[in-house]
Amino acid sequence: MSIITSPFRPQGIALAPAPGPGRRPVHYLNAAYGVRSWLLTTDHKRIALLYLVSLTLMFIIGGLAATLIRLDLLTPSNKMMHADTYNKMFSAHGIIMIFFFLVAAIPAVFGNFFLPMMIGARDLAFPRLNLASWYVYVAGAVMILWVIFGGGVDTGWTFYTPYSSKSSHTQVLPTLVAAVLAGFSSVFTALNLIVTTHRLRAPGMTWFRLPLFVWSMYATSFIVLLATPVLAMALILVGVERACGVGIFDPALGGDPVLFQHLFWFYSHPAVYIMVLPAMGVVSEIIPCFARKNVFGYGFIAFSSIGIAVVGFLVWAHHMFVAGISVYAALIFSLLSYLVAVPSAIKVFNWTATLYRGSVSLQTPMLCCLGFIGLFTMGGLTGLFLAALAVDVHVHDTYFVIAHFHFIMVGGTVMAYMGALHYWWPKMTGRMYPEGLGRIAAVIIFVGFILTFLPQFVLGYLGMPRRYHFYAPEFQVLNVLSTAGASILAVGYALPLTYLLWSLRWGEKAGPNPWNATGLEWQTPSPPPPHNFAETPVVTCGPYEYTLQEEAASVG
Amino acid sequence: MFPVPLFPENASTTADHVDRLYFFLLALSGYVALMIALLLIYFSVRYRRRADGPRPPRIEGALRLEIVWSVVPLLIFLGIFAWGAHGYFVLTQPPDDAIEIYVVGKQWMWKVQHPGGQREINELHVPVNQPVKLILTSEDVVHSFFVPAFRNKVDVLPNRYVSTWFHATKPGRYHIFCSQYCGTNHSGMVGEVVVMEQADYDEWLGGHSEGSLALEGRKLFLKLQCVTCHSADSRARAPVLEDLYGRDVPLRDGRTVRANEDYIRESILDPPAKVVAGFEPIMPTYKGQVNEDEMIQLIEFIKNLRAGQTPTRTEETPPPAVGAPAPKKETPR
Repeated sequence: MSIITSPFRPQGIALAPAPGPGRRPVHYLNAAYGVRSWLLTTDHKRIALLYLVSLTLMFIIGGLAATLIRLDLLTPSNKMMHADTYNKMFSAHGIIMIFFFLVAAIPAVFGNFFLPMMIGARDLAFPRLNLASWYVYVAGAVMILWVIFGGGVDTGWTFYTPYSSKSSHTQVLPTLVAAVLAGFSSVFTALNLIVTTHRLRAPGMTWFRLPLFVWSMYATSFIVLLATPVLAMALILVGVERACGVGIFDPALGGDPVLFQHLFWFYSHPAVYIMVLPAMGVVSEIIPCFARKNVFGYGFIAFSSIGIAVVGFLVWAHHMFVAGISVYAALIFSLLSYLVAVPSAIKVFNWTATLYRGSVSLQTPMLCCLGFIGLFTMGGLTGLFLAALAVDVHVHDTYFVIAHFHFIMVGGTVMAYMGALHYWWPKMTGRMYPEGLGRIAAVIIFVGFILTFLPQFVLGYLGMPRRYHFYAPEFQVLNVLSTAGASILAVGYALPLTYLLWSLRWGEKAGPNPWNATGLEWQTPSPPPPHNFAETPVVTCGPYEYTLQEEAASVG
Repeated sequence: MFPVPLFPENASTTADHVDRLYFFLLALSGYVALMIALLLIYFSVRYRRRADGPRPPRIEGALRLEIVWSVVPLLIFLGIFAWGAHGYFVLTQPPDDAIEIYVVGKQWMWKVQHPGGQREINELHVPVNQPVKLILTSEDVVHSFFVPAFRNKVDVLPNRYVSTWFHATKPGRYHIFCSQYCGTNHSGMVGEVVVMEQADYDEWLGGHSEGSLALEGRKLFLKLQCVTCHSADSRARAPVLEDLYGRDVPLRDGRTVRANEDYIRESILDPPAKVVAGFEPIMPTYKGQVNEDEMIQLIEFIKNLRAGQTPTRTEETPPPAVGAPAPKKETPR
């Protein structure tokens, strides 16, 4: 592929010389070898890969749990596993996918790898803290795997009291510790990303020249910093009550079970934005690149991230409309939930408008982004149902909720994660993935996803409660449909896992900028040298000047 | 007919309201999702990359468009908010003439007590076309009482009473589900609401009568010696409980509290928590001596206690001998 070096490329970046015979360029992957060079690395790119590998493993384990759940739900009674096993299975699925995959996914892999490169920095502000965050994550992950394979936990990922603090006979305490560790790891990463964005921007990289991915990582990191300690506190209190019998949430000991729900959702609602804001950042990068246009309404997209981060803190009790909160509290939280929907709508409209009069090519990353917009829009629209108090009373804690948040977190975040993986794969590994297979995988994931989760909206409105092992026979047809969709989805996820590994060895060489993208991360060889840039870049224009680049290309 | 049900049965006044809003939201979101999808597809095809295609223009954005697509959704959202809030508000205001039925959730069953003393497990018999108020509590963890056909659900909490109400419009049998995860047999904590014509309902009530809840409560009131202090002839030791329910009670520490189910319950289990003005905190706790079913009977007795109805102590119920065993607790099955 040819490399377009536009005149608008920030000055002073020397592309590494083309590899001559007998002379291989030094990059972050071949700069050092051996286990020590990985386990003791402070290079943000290597740590990102460590995260990528561990997150993929956790995703596979969480996915296997989901597979067993869907298989078990093929029949209303006559089950393949015991009720307790089923309860442990959905708990494992939720805890792994949320605390050990989604929260970390985009920030710890792509934020870690690309945020410094996007702002022209040599590394994150605190490289050793970055490595520490991975170790803390691994400690949590090992702990949760030890729990799951050594007996299991059955509280669900929500740990509602007094069930978790009194009633459950499973390994709740180590699970709480594991979740707290995962939280700490995300706090370390968030701190690093915030400080890096403030302190390490290249000359000329003003706040409004920041790529939108950086804006969304910045907003996400603030949510992580402010919300995660509340979760840690709440989980530690559950542990204290369980271990020492101190009455905090258990009414039999003088506690209040609803207090736990407040504390839990004070983190776990903003956590939804921790999971989806980075995905929005990814989409804001990919769409301009594959439409060859600057993003429509840069300021609106950037500030809607901040708006979501702020208002997202004020809507937690919409998870508790039937939990015995006062009518007036419910009214206020319903209203605020509608306000937080506006910035999300703004983003969707701006992305769509970016395509207008563009030059659109539907390569894998772009297909993933279009899939994201479609599924996220459906997830967001069904959020309007849930925020409507009278409707929520009916659909709360049913499959409607399950479908809604899977549309946001799997249809949205995982789809964008796939997009990011394909978009930046050439930069991370120096190799192209097979484009045809990539497109097929994107389409399979989209179709499988819709088939899996659309029937669940219907199931939810019919009244099938979540976390049901046995269910009424009239729900069976829709459950079978959903399981059929899940098996298509599984193929869709297995495919990239296979061909991406294949491409590491046999993929076409990528070159520094296979997409002709404008971001700083593309103005350096693939894979990047250990310190990213030969010389610190100087930034002279905004992040998405595709029009100017195209003009320069056609002139030159 | 399509072999798969797409909408649940509609058997209450609330269900109509919820369904109308649901269908409106379905139409609205279907329209929006379709528009977005069509736009994405149209743009992707119309502006697909071509070797000789026009260069994309540089469009920064359009302030007017941004304002339109921020303000219009906001206004629509506010409309939905008001619509949904209205239905919720109605759901929290039970009519005064509603029949009051008590429901106790425990791992993993629903126990129901009717005002006439009829008891049932995992079934709830109610008359059609008459409002029914449920007063619910849990013996252990959080449960949730969910009747899809009524579009109604409420979390059932330990150590506290919550209430909801419905007005069934169609005789039949409808699912009750526990919708808040509560452990091993969560999905087995199900039952049925049986909505009956008034005549059938009266017949059912007659066939299951065991003496009213309030009467059972009166017996307990005597048996537990509540009457020793809470009686008209010993005014100085404890307040008389006649016409108490629903009143604002002034407390010793200057606060005022509305006498509802929760207050009565707390005063039985934890008497020093709220002591009525003018009295000393001398009442002992009855924690461990009164189970949830008996608690409901006592509350129902106190709720229905009118002026002059406090029983007097009789020889039929002498004070318990010292060291007598506490009332036997129901053993869970």
